[in-house]
Amino acid sequence: MTNTTTATYDNIQIGDELPALQLPPVNRTTLALFAGASGDHNPIHIDTDFARKAGMPDVFAQGMLGMAWLGRLLTQWAPQSQLRRFDVRFQGITHIGHAVRCTGRVLEKLEHNGERCVRVEVLSANQYGQARIAGEALVALR
Amino acid sequence: MIDKKWIGHELPASVLPIERTRLQFFAKAIGETDPVYTDAAAARDAGYPDLPAPPTFLFAAELDSGASGRMLDDLQIPLSKLLHGEQSFSYHKAACVGDTVTVRSTISDIYEKKNGALEFVVKTSRATNQRDELVAELRTVIVCRH
Repeated sequence: MTNTTTATYDNIQIGDELPALQLPPVNRTTLALFAGASGDHNPIHIDTDFARKAGMPDVFAQGMLGMAWLGRLLTQWAPQSQLRRFDVRFQGITHIGHAVRCTGRVLEKLEHNGERCVRVEVLSANQYGQARIAGEALVALR
Repeated sequence: MIDKKWIGHELPASVLPIERTRLQFFAKAIGETDPVYTDAAAARDAGYPDLPAPPTFLFAAELDSGASGRMLDDLQIPLSKLLHGEQSFSYHKAACVGDTVTVRSTISDIYEKKNGALEFVVKTSRATNQRDELVAELRTVIVCRH
């Protein structure tokens, strides 16, 4: 499947992969901007002194930043108006310098509340292949 | 130990007006380049009345209002020990610029693992708009590490 093809229920097969989303390495500017935009002002993500006092080596990414990137993976594949559910588990901390890659794969085609949907597995991992966030989404397809 | 008496506690309602410049700032912060999220004309072409809040944006409601911080104070979870364990959204209706979303949450469970080394708090939320229509349901699991 390619970016230029609109995902439809009939042209999607179980096992199809979503076009991946590669993010640049996380830096402090990204964390500061996300703190402001998301309303998450926890200093552990933006103040190195606070992070070190809390026993962390440095500031690290907000979990919801990683989930927002997975949201971009989904909405670049199918319009947000077709997104029905989006569930994630945060599995590992995303540190400064981690370059996160978001991937997804169709697990199942099913009917949900009278709509034809696909269940999609989503995953974000850093450049060392370590999983950071794993989850699933339910997307309605025409 | 987090006091289990908080199970069933309802947080004060959080009112989040969906504003254009905030959504544009959020799009910038997450590297979003799809014009649907920054350009009202593109959003209208996609069938929305105005810019839609992206899938995870409503999490901001209780951060902005302070309800989230107050809950951490009540439960005596310091920010330095806080981790996000799980997050779920079920979507019912788009929230777009001009809408006002109200989030109401309940602490639905508190439990521990690893002999109390990790404590978990589960919060379930409903987000409704100014017409009292259900916009989304949220489920949040936060972790306190010891």
